[in-house]
Amino acid sequence: MTETAPATSVRSTVVVDAPIDRAFTVFTRDIGSWWPAEHHLLQGELAEMVFEPRVGGNVYDRAVDGTECRWSRVLAYEPPNRVVFSWDINLHWQLESDPTRTSEVEVTFIPVGRERTRVDLVHAHLDRHGEGWEGMATAVGSPDGWDRGMQAFGEVLRADDR
Amino acid sequence: MATNGSAVLDALGDPTRRSILERLADHPSAVGELATVLPVSRPAVSQHLKVLKDAGLVVAEPMGTRRIYRVDPAGIDALRAYLDRFWGRALLAFKAAAEADPEPQEQP
Repeated sequence: MTETAPATSVRSTVVVDAPIDRAFTVFTRDIGSWWPAEHHLLQGELAEMVFEPRVGGNVYDRAVDGTECRWSRVLAYEPPNRVVFSWDINLHWQLESDPTRTSEVEVTFIPVGRERTRVDLVHAHLDRHGEGWEGMATAVGSPDGWDRGMQAFGEVLRADDR
Repeated sequence: MATNGSAVLDALGDPTRRSILERLADHPSAVGELATVLPVSRPAVSQHLKVLKDAGLVVAEPMGTRRIYRVDPAGIDALRAYLDRFWGRALLAFKAAAEADPEPQEQP
């Protein structure tokens, strides 16, 4: 790949056999239908994930006991083309209340013909999470820097890793 | 540094190890100190630390007769590998969901 990306972001792409409107809806409103179940900060059992479809809304997890974990702010909501939401989770898997120390996930939906959609995801500004991320910059120049994500992608494709 | 992505994932997959990593980020500690504040035995703490160390997430420094464990700042790039994998997996799950039969209310 000739693509260069900032040292402080992670990229992933997928092409889905679905029209752009549906891809956008599934990604946002139906986020709970695909979000990896083990990746929740809640202590209790997850009841649902909610994606509030507006700038200033939240993405949050709700436990069966009613506890909520609002781990994201919706920063851009442009159906069906683009959505940006914050990642208010710190390096210790706790909620980060200081917005200057949060990263951002930008998702772009691009039609590929009428029935397919390419979804590009960039998780950017990882350095904002704190000093610990400074070590990243050196890793990017290493042979297993940027290609690692695509390798991981391939591994998942082959192994359907958990 | 060659980071083993799957070792990182395994290391972070355990709640006790995440607790240990959390503690160490705030307070570099010896095994005994961790065993005092966490609800696990000292041998279990040692075992968890070994996994974290092998994954490149923590480093140990001798201090007198003890070894003090701390989060390895250079090892945090392992967390980037973690996010790479996380999003790779998440987007595949998303693809499956988007390609599944739409629910009735989504029909035109």
